[in-house]
Amino acid sequence: MLFRYLFILLILLPLKAFALIEVDITRGNLNPLPVAVSPLSIDEKSKSNFKKTLSKEDLGSEISAIVENNLRQSGLFNPLNKNAFLQTPDIANLKPRFEDWNLIKAQALITGKVIFIDEKLRVEFRLWDVLAGKEMMALAFTTVPSNWRRVGHIITDKVYERLTGESGYFDTRIIYVSEKGPKTNRIKKLAIMDQDGFNNKYLTLGNELVLTPRFSPANQMVTYLSYFRNLPRVYLLDIETGKQEVVGDFPGMTFAPRFSPDGKKIIMSFAKDGNSDIYTMDLENRIVERITNHPSIDTSPSYSPDGKYITFNSDRSGYQQIYVMNSSGKNVKRISFGNGIYGTPVWSPRGDLIAFTKLHKSKFYIGVMRTDGTGERLLTENFYQEAPSWSPNGRVLIFYRESKTNSEGEGFTAKLWSIDLTGYNEKMVDTETDASDPSWSSLLTN
Amino acid sequence: MNLRRILKNGFLILIASFVLTACTTSKNVKNQTQGDVYTGKDTVEYLASGVPDRVFFATNETVLTTASRETLRKQASWLRKNSKINIVLEGHADERGTREYNLAIGERRANSAKDYLMTYGISSDRISVLSYGKERPVDSGSSPLAWSKNRRSVSVKAN
Repeated sequence: MLFRYLFILLILLPLKAFALIEVDITRGNLNPLPVAVSPLSIDEKSKSNFKKTLSKEDLGSEISAIVENNLRQSGLFNPLNKNAFLQTPDIANLKPRFEDWNLIKAQALITGKVIFIDEKLRVEFRLWDVLAGKEMMALAFTTVPSNWRRVGHIITDKVYERLTGESGYFDTRIIYVSEKGPKTNRIKKLAIMDQDGFNNKYLTLGNELVLTPRFSPANQMVTYLSYFRNLPRVYLLDIETGKQEVVGDFPGMTFAPRFSPDGKKIIMSFAKDGNSDIYTMDLENRIVERITNHPSIDTSPSYSPDGKYITFNSDRSGYQQIYVMNSSGKNVKRISFGNGIYGTPVWSPRGDLIAFTKLHKSKFYIGVMRTDGTGERLLTENFYQEAPSWSPNGRVLIFYRESKTNSEGEGFTAKLWSIDLTGYNEKMVDTETDASDPSWSSLLTN
Repeated sequence: MNLRRILKNGFLILIASFVLTACTTSKNVKNQTQGDVYTGKDTVEYLASGVPDRVFFATNETVLTTASRETLRKQASWLRKNSKINIVLEGHADERGTREYNLAIGERRANSAKDYLMTYGISSDRISVLSYGKERPVDSGSSPLAWSKNRRSVSVKAN
């Protein structure tokens, strides 16, 4: 339902290619750009209307708080304290006094207003370069009021895009497994939330074990593993309708599912008689294809964004290592050769890197390497962590981390964490319960 | 004076006995694994008197040890005597591996046990296999001993 209301994007002014502020996101950013997010101004009539429809006292401030939080969390921006702002939101949006914003050392300024019009929420916002004294971007859009949080995320995406030159990742969601209960008998449920942790919803009741949900890169479909009736099988779930079905008719466990880049196929492992191989199923014509045929364990397959290659995990060399092959299954090449064992390869949406989990000398690492295996870079080390998932712009990885228990076997936790590709900005992602197996959606609006 | 001496000696004896207990405990821990395969009885349940329900594996391994084969032979002879009982072999892994690979290795462990039971005359129709990967440890500890108890294949009555 949420996604049926499409945003109407209205470009007020053409974007001009000024030589204005730019944020370099290819390196760890130790000097985040100081930015002033002026609360979006709101007239009294709109205020009372939004109060009625959304019970929000001041929707303008609420939306700018979302933008501010997103920018801060990215690690690339430093949103300045509002108490220091000299101009009121309505005046700033008309014509900022750049000297005032310069005085508090803001380099970029975001202003705007929200209006209640024809039962809809209309937002206008502008991005200003304070030092150059110029407008960098002006956009307006209209949507249903209940989409107000997404408005904040879309503004952030546009600002991020304009300042970094890369697409954003804020108007996105995370699907994950919510965990509760003792380690020996965890209750696991599918859950979904906005990228910033809001709008958390549970999609299953916890009656059966569920694992490894993954978003389609093309739409709002999800594939995951469920132990429904004690038969571990890959399922397909439409999160808009709640409709779900088993993928294929396999006489045994299917697991480790992912979508092809166009969302039309599911690639997964099928285990039979002690051997796991990789299969695909076409979701339109239901044709099943066997991709690997090897007595070793072949699992955790992931397509390259152009669909031409598959990276996967195999122990054919004796231990878990990462391999790449053509999507037909031909031309298998091992690419991981460092010390330790490697698992969960995931191809970056940009195509140039593969993220992985590595175990070496009793420590677990999340790392990245080029698709030919060169340039291995370990981003973070811990007692236990695994299963990286890329943000849709390929700049951030989300994964899960489990703690060591004490000598009584107590104190177990599982939490989601994220880290920049640069290795900076490592932080815990708040969830209502313990959490694991995160998967990042594509941008909801393109 | 005497009393003090007695008390002092008493303390020494007490301390000595604590040290001894500590020794036996750590010795027991050592005695509970061979290589890193669990050989203790801590978590083991019985299908019938003298018929243990589970076998244990070394890290990253799916081959049966000598002790595991002995256990499975006992299970096979019990299954032959109780021909109406079917079993599920539940394969498990420890927490020190990625979730998906562990699902595969749990399936392979359960199948190692299944293959062995079949060579002792148990029909494959009577045995189903279910891998839990690392999802259902019996010991929630984060120690090599706990992990050794969790790397297992358990034969569970299906009916």
